[in-house]
Order: sequence, then C-alpha cells, then structure tokens
Amino acid sequence: MSPLTNSQSTVLSIGRLSMIPDAAGVLFEPDERLLIVSDLHLEKGSSLARRGALLPPYDTRDTLNKLSAVIHRLMPKTLIALGDTWHDGNGPSRMNDDDHQLFASLRRKADWILIAGNHDPNPPQDLGAMVLDEITIGEVTFRHEPLIKKQSSEIAGHLHPVAKIRARGRSIRRKCFMSDSDRVILPAFGSYTGGLNVLDSAFNPLFPNRDFLTHMISSNEIFAIGRHSLVGD
Amino acid sequence: MSRAPNISSVVLPETFNSWFATRGWQPRTHQLELLHNALKGRSTLLVAPTGAGKTLAGFLPTLVDLSTLTPSALKKRGLHTLYISPLKALAVDIARNLETPVTEMGLPFTIETRTGDTPAHKRARQAERPPHILLTTPEQLALLLAHRNAHELFANLKTVILDELHALVTSKRGDLLSLDLARLHRLAPSLITIGLSATVREPIALQRYLVAQSHAPTDPAELISVLGGAKAKIGILKSSKRLPLAGHTALASMPEIYKAILAHRMTLVFVNTRMQAEFVFQELWKRNDGSLPIALHHGSLDVGQRRKVEAAMVSGKLRAIVCTATLDLGIDWGDVDLVVNVGAPKGASRLMQRIGRSNHRFDEPSEALLVPANRFEALECQAALGAVEAAAQDTPDARIGALDVLAQHILGMACADGFKPDDLYREICTASPYSTLSREDFDRTLDFAATGGYSLRAYEHFAKIKQSSDGIWRIATPRAAQQYRMNIGTIVEATMLKVRLGRMTKAGTPARGGRVLGEVEDYFAEGLVFGDTFIFAGEVLRFEGLIGNEVIVARASKGVDPKIPAYAGGKFPLSTFLAERVRAMLADEKTWKLLPTEVGEWLQWQKEKSILPKAGELLIESFPSGDRYYLALYPFEGRLAHQTLGVLLTKRLERLRMKPLGFVCNDYGICIWAARDLGEAIANGRLSLDTLLDEDMLGDDLEEWLAESSIMKRAFRYCAVISGLIERRHPGQEKSGKQVTVSTDLVYDVLRRHEPDHILLKAARADAALGLLDLKRLGDMLKRINGHLIYRALEKVSPLSVAVLLEIGREAVYGEAAEDILADAEQSLLSEAIG
Repeated sequence: MSPLTNSQSTVLSIGRLSMIPDAAGVLFEPDERLLIVSDLHLEKGSSLARRGALLPPYDTRDTLNKLSAVIHRLMPKTLIALGDTWHDGNGPSRMNDDDHQLFASLRRKADWILIAGNHDPNPPQDLGAMVLDEITIGEVTFRHEPLIKKQSSEIAGHLHPVAKIRARGRSIRRKCFMSDSDRVILPAFGSYTGGLNVLDSAFNPLFPNRDFLTHMISSNEIFAIGRHSLVGD
Repeated sequence: MSRAPNISSVVLPETFNSWFATRGWQPRTHQLELLHNALKGRSTLLVAPTGAGKTLAGFLPTLVDLSTLTPSALKKRGLHTLYISPLKALAVDIARNLETPVTEMGLPFTIETRTGDTPAHKRARQAERPPHILLTTPEQLALLLAHRNAHELFANLKTVILDELHALVTSKRGDLLSLDLARLHRLAPSLITIGLSATVREPIALQRYLVAQSHAPTDPAELISVLGGAKAKIGILKSSKRLPLAGHTALASMPEIYKAILAHRMTLVFVNTRMQAEFVFQELWKRNDGSLPIALHHGSLDVGQRRKVEAAMVSGKLRAIVCTATLDLGIDWGDVDLVVNVGAPKGASRLMQRIGRSNHRFDEPSEALLVPANRFEALECQAALGAVEAAAQDTPDARIGALDVLAQHILGMACADGFKPDDLYREICTASPYSTLSREDFDRTLDFAATGGYSLRAYEHFAKIKQSSDGIWRIATPRAAQQYRMNIGTIVEATMLKVRLGRMTKAGTPARGGRVLGEVEDYFAEGLVFGDTFIFAGEVLRFEGLIGNEVIVARASKGVDPKIPAYAGGKFPLSTFLAERVRAMLADEKTWKLLPTEVGEWLQWQKEKSILPKAGELLIESFPSGDRYYLALYPFEGRLAHQTLGVLLTKRLERLRMKPLGFVCNDYGICIWAARDLGEAIANGRLSLDTLLDEDMLGDDLEEWLAESSIMKRAFRYCAVISGLIERRHPGQEKSGKQVTVSTDLVYDVLRRHEPDHILLKAARADAALGLLDLKRLGDMLKRINGHLIYRALEKVSPLSVAVLLEIGREAVYGEAAEDILADAEQSLLSEAIG
C-alpha cells in the first residue's frame, strides 16, 4: 500500500512535474522523491512571548514532530522548505538544544534546500542545507512569495491559504492547497500558523477570475473542493 | 422573620424618623434589624422578595452612620460604602433612587457611580478623591484594587453592599468578586458586608461568602429573611386546543395569552430562548387587532432598541413585553400586574424570581400564568407549581473558585503594591470559593501568571510578574500592567456580528446601508448560506452576505417561512430538583388529574403499551421502526447531561459493533438508533444494559471523547482569555491585522500533546465538566440507577418515546463528522465537472 494519504488519482501536474498533495499539508513528487513543505514558522511561540503572550513553548517541537512523521513515511531524497522556516531572524538562536538536535536529525535524512522567506530573509548557512532565494526544477520555480508576473510555472507558500465551506448548518474551515495549471500555493505547515481565506482579495492578482482549485485537509484525508462550494470568512 | 433580635434598642436619628413620617411610612422590622447588626459590626445577609424595601435596608446603616458626622469630618471622610451590582444599569438605577431620601433629608453626602461608561478623567479623580458612597460593578472594583494607592483608598471603608448576590455567586464573576472581597477585608479589617439576595436554597453558602474564612471555624454572616408578602396566584393556562407531544412554540396557546394581556395593565411574557421570543412576539402581533403596544426584549437586540423598550415600559406606555432572561434581574421596570411564562419553567427558583416581577407592591399577590408548550412541559409546569407552593428552592450549589480567575487576580495584585506568596495565599483562602484551594494549585497558578507555568522553562526572560530580592512579586513591565487592565473581567462574549439591513449590488456584493437590528453569535452566521431565512428582531429576514463583521440581511417577502430555526441563545437545562418532582408525578397516578386531560391520557396510554417507571427507576425501551432499531431512556436529567450520555452510549455501542447511527435528546429523555437489532442483542445476552450504563463510562471513554471535542476547545478559549494567556479581541482591532494572537484551538492542541496536565487544561476541564457536560449530575444519576433499571422490549414506539423522537430535525445531530460534510462537497464538485 502506498504511504501517501491520497489516492494516486489526485495529482497536480505543473511544468514537467506531477506533484501529489498530501493530507499532512506537504507536496510530494514520487519519481525524484522530492518533498515540499512551506511556512514552518519555527519559534513563533517564543516570538510572541517577547510581546507578552506566553503561549505554550512547544510549537517548534510539535512542528518538527509532524515533519519527522512525514519524512519517515515518505522517505524523501530532497526536501525543499519554501521559506518562513523560522518566524523571525532570531528564531534559530532561540531554539532549545533538544529541538536543535531533532532538527539536525531530520536534515540528515534528506538533502535540504532552505528557501529564504520574508520572515527569515537570511536563513543560517551553517546547517548543511543549501540556502537559496529560489530554485527551478523541471521547469517549475520554487519560491517563497508567489509572483504576479511570473516567467514560468511556480510552487510557492507565504499566503497560508485556508478554505471554508458551509453545509448542514455547520461551517468547516481547513488549511488547503490552492492551484491552477501553472501554480500551486502550499498551506502553512507550522503548528501555530493561522490562515487566509482563499476568497480574500489578496489572491485575486494570482488567480484572475478566481479560477482555482482547492484541496482541503482534514485529519487524514484530502478533499478536492470546487470554488463554487467555498465561502469567505 | 427567621429570628427576632432585640431591635427596640435601635433608635433612628430624628432626621430619618421624620422623613419616614412625611412619607407616611414606618421603618420595617428587617430594616431596623439590619441597622442593629451593622451597629454591632456584624455582616448580614438579607433575603427578601422584590418590593420589600431591600435596597433602602441595605443603605440605611451607611446613611445613619454618615449623618452623625460633622460637616468638616464628612469632608475628610473618604470612601465609606461600596455598592456592587452585577449590572451597570442597576448601579445607575440605585444611585438615582438613593438621591431621593438623601436630598429630602438634606444630607450632604456624595454618591457616585463608576462603570465602564464613566469617563476616564472622572475615574481618575474618583481614585484620588472618592465619594462617600460609590456604586460600581465587580470588574471596576478589581481595577480599583489593582491601583497603586488601593490601600489608601479603601483603608477607611466601612461597608460593602452586594446586591443580587444570588445571581453573582453562581458564576466566575462571583469568584472574582470573592477575591476582591478578601483583599478588602485585609485592607479594612473592621469592614462589614451586607448581602442582598432573592430567596435561595442554601443561604448559608451566601452567609459564608460575605465573611473572611479562616482555618478555625468561622461564624457566617447573620441572616435576616423576609418571607414573601401575599401568596402568588399562579395558574397553568388551559388551552382550548390539545397540547402537542413535542415542540416548544406554544402556538396553540397564543389566543389565550393575547386574551390575558388584554385583561391586564402590563404583562411580562417570559420565554426561555431568543428564538422563542422572536416567535411569540410575531404570533402575538398577528393577533393584535387592538394594536396593543407589545414590545420585544432580548440580549441580541441593539442596545439602543433595548433602552427604548425599557424606557417605554417604565413610563407605562407598553401593555406587554416578550422577553428572555435579560429581564430576570431586579431592575424595577414599572407596574407589571401579570407574568406569563411560556414553555417549561426549568427551575423553581428562576420561576419564583420571574413571578416576583409582577406587582412590586409587597403586600399584594403577584399573578402568574404558566404556559406549557408540550405534554412533558405540562408535567414540568405542574411540578414547578408544587415547588412554588412549598416555597422550595433549587438554586445551584456553591462554586469552587476557578483557577483562570485566580490567575487574573494574581496579576492584579502584582499591579497594586505587590505581594509575598505566603501572604497572598492566606488572603485568597479567606474567600469562601477558594477556602479549599491547595497550596500546590496556588503555586502553579502563580507560576502560570508569571511565565506561563510550563515545565519547559522557556520564558523566564519574558515574565509578566517578577519576584524581587525582598521576596515581593511585582508586575514586571508597564505593558504587562496595561494588558491586565485591558483584559479584566470574566465575561467572555461569543464573537458577535452586527445584523444590518442592506441589499446586494448588481456586482453581487452586498451594499452597506440600512440600520443595525442587533447582533448574532458568529457561529450562527457561519452556518448561513445566501438566501437562508430566519426570524430576528421580530421579522423574517433573508441572509444576503457577510461584510467584515456585519451580517447583511434583507426583509423577506410576506408569507415566507423562516428556514433556519436554530437561533437558540440561552437554553436552561431542567433543574435536578424539578426533575425529581416530575419523576414522582409520573409514578403517582393520583396526581394526573391535575394535568390537562390529554396529558393524563398520554400517560395512561404509556402505562398500557409499556410501563411507567417508579420513582428512582430508569425506564429503558427498545423497539424497531422502519429499518432501524431504537433504544429509548428517560433519565429526566436535563439536556446537557443527556447529550453527554448520548455521546458516551453511542461510543460504547459502536465498540460493541451495534452500529449506532445517531441519537436525539431533550430535557426528559434520549433515543439512540442503530442498524443492528438492539432488542435482540439484549434478549440473547450480547448486550447488557447494566454494563452499558455502568458508571465507568465516565472514565476513559469520556476522556477520550472530550480531548478531541469542540466542548473542551471552547472551555479552553474562555480560560485562556480570562487567565490572560491571550488577549481579548477589542472592537476594531481585528481590522488592523496586527494581532499577536494565535487561534486558541491550535494552542490547545499543542498544549494537550506536550503538557497534558498543565494548570490551564485543568481549569478548562473543570469548566467543561460543570457548565457544558453536567458531569456531576450524570455521575449522580448513574450511581442512583445502578440496580434500578427496568427494561421493556416493544414491538413499536411507545407514547413517551414519540415525544423524544419528535425532536429529530429540531436539533442538529451532535458531532456530525466534518469528513462527511467535506466528502459531500467533493461529490458536488464531481457532479459539477460531469454536468
């Protein structure tokens, strides 16, 4: 049985890549064993604590545990972190020893590429990971912030998309992938990351006429939801 | 009177005697008794029905004491008396009423109110130069006590008057107030307290609340209770139509209710939910041929609109008001001569307080009419009548102080002039809700307030309060103090959205425009889809869309039925005490003649087709219907306990592979249905009812379900706000986009996974158990019925079960899986693609 949480039928074809959206909130390319994860926002808790909100200081550990589970399940050869890996530039220095060690063990399991994000424009160079602003593989550019006027297909993060539907007197709001034929935006992976509704006007320049598809994440499954079922916040 | 101390020694000053005389009044015995106690320095609880002159009694000792001072002494006197009320409107109302005797007697006292509406400059001045008498709310008192010069401000405080104490002590506000009282007792050791209360089941709990507790047995406050004046005239409305088996609308009784309104000067029509209020209001106006001024009042309506209704009522311009619990508290709204209670009363004490609203003249009887909406409710109304007759009370038990409130208080005390932990712990234990607080819980809460209290010590640098070398804890930064002040209080409102009349533009976006009708909770708006119709503010409205935090609606065309019936703010569960009386009535055939004929027939029918349980027994029935197999239970323990029971039973049946499909419950019973034949499984011994209903379901089964349930997440959110873990959302802030908040659901998940015994999870668990799950009641019930189950295997539905089953469709099915709904939406995408 495939370790993927997604029937093989759901494939996002982009450039020369066939990416599979996984219910853990990551993209996976099985031929090259390429794993994409975005917006870990490590040390967001301690970042907010500096401003007086003493939230449980376990978000980094929680996020890394989830990522560890994904890595053990999918065994990637290459892992691209699409930026905002840390919530702020001092994030790496605030991580505690245990979290540093866990993170190091995950980096040993695959070749890591750290894309710079707006929260962490200068990720540390000494982690044994390649640090880049963007990278192009199979005619697809991987970058943090999606470009309105892009030259080629792209896979990006940054916007933390979530989708919401209403039915049977209830509403369900979940992180989601957002895509059209030449762009995929990943959901944020971090444990303390919130989200922006895909119907928000911030997405309009990227998907004119709201022509996009969403894949909503719920516990261990992934659901393709058309835009006519979606509602705003 | 409960006791009669020697009050002949109490002499009212001449000014007071002549004032009473010019009014043609005599001081009442309880007023003099209270004065007597105050002169002896004794705190007192005064329990009296509305209209007994409770407020004047409470203030009399203060007025007499102040009147003995010379003008120059009076000038230097400072704050003499604090009056605390649960409602700011009540504080304002009382200040106005107090002006009359003070002015007429020519007493030069200063009386001021302090509420959230008081301008900042006036509040600042009040802290510097306080009035003699300050009327305020628990939240404002907490702010004053967190002030740096609190000890000077309160050093000479002589009296604290706590109004509507019965309403305050049952909530977290009561916990907060108790902590503030503990501090006041320390700042002003000779302080006396006066509690004013409606009748309660256990006045001793309130008497303890009023005095500082200690390790040695502490004398409670004195008790003065005034019995009701004339006995109330209460009747159950006999409708000409037959009572339905289920439903809560009381539609059949509307003509009779209208007739009753016609026959009285001013009627209060109480209902249990806002939805019922909207419905009854509409139905009355449909019949309002005489165009009587009938108004609507509930908590979701626009404040301006509510104030208008209140003013019209006081000035006698209305003939009736349809209202919810928002009018339960003791503001004097005018000359009411009839109270109608639509639906089941749910509790005897609540009913008595509502009835007390009619006829404020103490010695004339109140008149009230109970209107049952279905046959179960007819039983409950009759039971309530019996309880009122016996003057029996069913007010809730005394609270155990909440830890999130304690965390907030600790921050406040650090803002004042700091504290040593040993001293503060001792002080907090003098507050009766916290008298059993363990030192461990106190220390953990203190640790939480300082650095979050995590076993991973990550936040020592960011501490909100810090201990200096002198051993005193003080607030660490001005920002921490500011955060405390901005987030004070224990009332966490559901996020409310404004409902505004408007219409859609051609572009398909709603155009803003019309007036605001009121507010709805966000979860209600979340469930609406374009075109849905619902009743609000007395009209049928059509949902157009959401703009920011406003719900845009249009008036629906005439004759359109509301589609969404679920706007059900404020449901009360049936009180344990009334439940017992209802069970006793079921068992005792002789009492049935008191009930409407069709109710008696219905019970008779049940007796023939199945059986009626004796008092103390739990009846369980099984029967097939359609292609499903049903199990019906009748615990009569109230909706909350039944919902919890329903979830747990369903889980157990699932594990036993009985394929349960769903359940429905109301205040009286619960029905579960399954795909497997439950009756057969019981008959051949594969399903044991004793095991199914074993008390151990409150162990692992409960914990497993609870951890994942939205109930815990909601409780956690409230605790996180009250304890200061996250900041309250203030109006306008959500638009700035600069919030430093993280969804508390995410925080809950992370904390539960990494530190499951954290103090805040403990606080949330306690809240969920008490308020949302009714666990204690469920536990008591399971214990009680152990060995007292009676079971009937039936061929078809029983008369009692019909009344429960008819709830299907009225209530959302509990815990419907999000995955099912998503799968549906995915399916619709598929059809979109194919079609």
